[in-house]
Amino acid sequence: MQRIGVFVCWCGSNIAATVDVKAVAEALGKEPGVVYFEDYQYMCSEEGQTKLQNAIRDYKLTGAVVCSCSPRMHEATFRKAAAKAGVNSFMVEIANIREQCSWIHKNKEEATEKAIILGRAAIAKVHLNAPLTAGESPVTKRALVIGGGIAGIQTALDIADAGFEVDIVEKKPTIGGKMSQIDKTFPTLDCAACILTPKMVEVAQNEKIRIFSYSEVDKVQGFVGNFSVSIRRKARFVDEVKCTGCGLCTEKCPQKKVPNEFNLGLDQRRAIYIPFAQAVPKVATIDPDYCTMLKTGKCGVCSKICTAGAIDYKQKDSFIEEKYGAIVVATGFNPIELNKYDEFAYSQSPDVITSLEFERITNAAGPTGGTLLRPSDGEHPKKIVFVQCVGSREDGSGCGKTYCSKICCMYTAKHAMLTREKYPDTEVYVFYIDVRTPGKSFDEFYRRAVEEYGVHYIKGMVGKVIPQGKKLMVRASDLIDRKQLLIDADLVVLAAAIEPDKSARPLATMLTASMDTNDFFTEAHPKLRPVESPTAGIFLSGCCQGPKDIPETVSQASACAAKVIGLLCRDKLTGNPCVAHSDELMCNGCSTCEKVCPYGAITYQDKEFRMPDRTMRTRRVASVNPAVCQGCGACTVACPSGAMDLHGFSNSQIMAEVDAICK
Amino acid sequence: MVFSYYPGCTLRTRAKELDEKARKCAEALGITLEEIPDWQCCGGCYPVASDEIATRLSAVRALMAAKSEERPLVTLCSACHNVLKRTRHDLQTDETFRDRVNRYMGNDPVYAGEGEVIHFLEMLRDKVGFDTIRAAVKNPLTGRRIAAYYGCLLLRPSGVMAFDDPENPTVIEDFIRALGAESVAWSMRNECCGSYMALEDKGIVERKSGSVLANAKAQGADTVITACPLCLYNLQKFGGQDLPVVYFTELLYEALGL
Repeated sequence: MQRIGVFVCWCGSNIAATVDVKAVAEALGKEPGVVYFEDYQYMCSEEGQTKLQNAIRDYKLTGAVVCSCSPRMHEATFRKAAAKAGVNSFMVEIANIREQCSWIHKNKEEATEKAIILGRAAIAKVHLNAPLTAGESPVTKRALVIGGGIAGIQTALDIADAGFEVDIVEKKPTIGGKMSQIDKTFPTLDCAACILTPKMVEVAQNEKIRIFSYSEVDKVQGFVGNFSVSIRRKARFVDEVKCTGCGLCTEKCPQKKVPNEFNLGLDQRRAIYIPFAQAVPKVATIDPDYCTMLKTGKCGVCSKICTAGAIDYKQKDSFIEEKYGAIVVATGFNPIELNKYDEFAYSQSPDVITSLEFERITNAAGPTGGTLLRPSDGEHPKKIVFVQCVGSREDGSGCGKTYCSKICCMYTAKHAMLTREKYPDTEVYVFYIDVRTPGKSFDEFYRRAVEEYGVHYIKGMVGKVIPQGKKLMVRASDLIDRKQLLIDADLVVLAAAIEPDKSARPLATMLTASMDTNDFFTEAHPKLRPVESPTAGIFLSGCCQGPKDIPETVSQASACAAKVIGLLCRDKLTGNPCVAHSDELMCNGCSTCEKVCPYGAITYQDKEFRMPDRTMRTRRVASVNPAVCQGCGACTVACPSGAMDLHGFSNSQIMAEVDAICK
Repeated sequence: MVFSYYPGCTLRTRAKELDEKARKCAEALGITLEEIPDWQCCGGCYPVASDEIATRLSAVRALMAAKSEERPLVTLCSACHNVLKRTRHDLQTDETFRDRVNRYMGNDPVYAGEGEVIHFLEMLRDKVGFDTIRAAVKNPLTGRRIAAYYGCLLLRPSGVMAFDDPENPTVIEDFIRALGAESVAWSMRNECCGSYMALEDKGIVERKSGSVLANAKAQGADTVITACPLCLYNLQKFGGQDLPVVYFTELLYEALGL
């Protein structure tokens, strides 16, 4: 028989205002096995924990039930306290009488009754609890960073600085991400390339960092501290070691009509290309969709002129298997497709562009050499309309996003200001729903655009853009002046909403990391653990977790690195003892559990068993790898013979809880 | 294929050619449109007052008549189509409205908006198929530049009409291409023509219809097609352009060589 102590927490007035805590403690004190009960204002405080420890010693408790908040909050606190007093951690159970009782009920009588029932269930479970001991597993001291934008770069550099090895996997031919496409950065207006490219070079030169560019994560297995990852190195048809990045091939390739994705299709590149001059690694890549040699077998110009002999038309995808202790997701964002926003005539006129396209047009390394020219006729636009919130902050019934994309207000202010500074003869209008510029020196920046640079900020949305001749007729409403406006613009710039990269969803499945409905990765805790995924060993960096500007991305990337370093510093990790185990005598080898296991923790073995007639027979039985098992319990439900059970959440424990509730 | 058919009163008076040519085209494409018995006017426009059921009863009767035939109900006029689909949606989603209608009409069993309502264009796209139409065209409209005018009503509210994207539709453009003509890209195709404001303030309609046709003309259209009798009336009378505006069925009639 267990000797159980019951501790009822008031949580200030959080519980005590709705639940009669004294009545709960007294009622639970009458349950079989309960030798001690008490209620206290803050059980989680040091005083409260001491009460628990003293009771364990004084009353020789073998188990305890704490009626308090959610176990996600303080289960670990009370278990640690009990362990210090000599009771196995897993002999402590939490009855959640806050989130699942006091916070959701109003009637005190009913809430008290429910709290008693919840406590009774926990007591019933403790009667069947057994001490559990966690196993230990070693930590592989290398991190994987998926995505080589500014988030991935910063995280990788910080981890490498701490002395750990890091691999960056980037699906594009170069690292650098979106920041490499941006012209200037707000609010200081320093050149993006000038601050990014030194970091890219630092990554390339760091001995602890390996870059796998033009590569994708193919398969992930294992668990925190012990991931094994298969990386697909896509064939770039150029030997990375031999290529010197001289760029001769990219000038001589006869296939000139390939849309240049780095300039968002505003100009064209060759079939063999280096995305931009400062690319890292500076290695050419052949685009198999356009290369004449790969498509028809007739050409070979690049191979003839390459003095390094780096061209290899027969190259195939290769795979690298590597072990990692931690995985960082830094997959970033993309502007949404605007083909569903025909009211802005994006697909009808080349002079309706996105803000990212505007960045390229104003960038000295862009298709116009940094001169602001209309894509349609190369003329200088005299009147520009910026439209904010295109696809952001919608009601959810259409094709847009319900969230605020966060960065658009600031970069639009930047675009408007820079246009007015370089071309004072240009009239600039910005249509907004709200201007949102919190952040250090952000609001001052926006006000400068309005007050010093004379940008016309108009509250209201654009309803229609009508291409007419060389003009774009912009119909909009001015909500403050209560007027309909018709502006004959030369250029319309749409601040498209941003969304997570499309590769994030399949990656989340591979990593068993959770996502929200917008495909942003969810944090382990939105406030207190913002750079960790709920899946142990998976960390989040940059826009894959939510929209962010560069300063915020870099801070989060460094925070993420700090968490990774904290993990990699440890030699051993304590596992979770609440894992599945199979009763081999009952197992009939049907493989049902193996099929439902999301972690690949179950394997089958042939074992010899002594039969009742004293003969030996070989039977196929399930065996659980406790280091891989996450204790989800899917196998225990699926097992038809009842051989699978979960430590700490056994079938009999759960039934005892149900019985106690239904009594 | 046999479908129930709701012509609506405008198609029996002002817009006869819309109705007659639609039936003949349907026959030529192997479809029989059977008029539902004793139909009444749909009400003309979907009532804004949600506490009054009488204004929607004739639409309910039309829906029930089609339901009893167990056939989809085809409509042609944008306004009728709008009223019927929205009334059907009310029956399916608004419990109070459904109860009151059923009690008033003494329905047993209760009618809850069952049965399909489709626009003639939806029928051409989903039931006949534009490939079949392309094959049936005897007199392809090669070289013609046609502007598809959706107006405001045909596709909105999009959640209820549910047959094409309200800002970026393709159904009439696909129809035009099936007839061998070129569809003109223009941005005013889903703007309002001014609608019933013709009764109140003709100036508004002149501005609205005028800007619609001016844009079609500027984009090089030689004909504008519509599915709505009121749009046709406004564009022709107030559009202020020397640009033919016809029903889409007239174009189909011509292309099928009827």
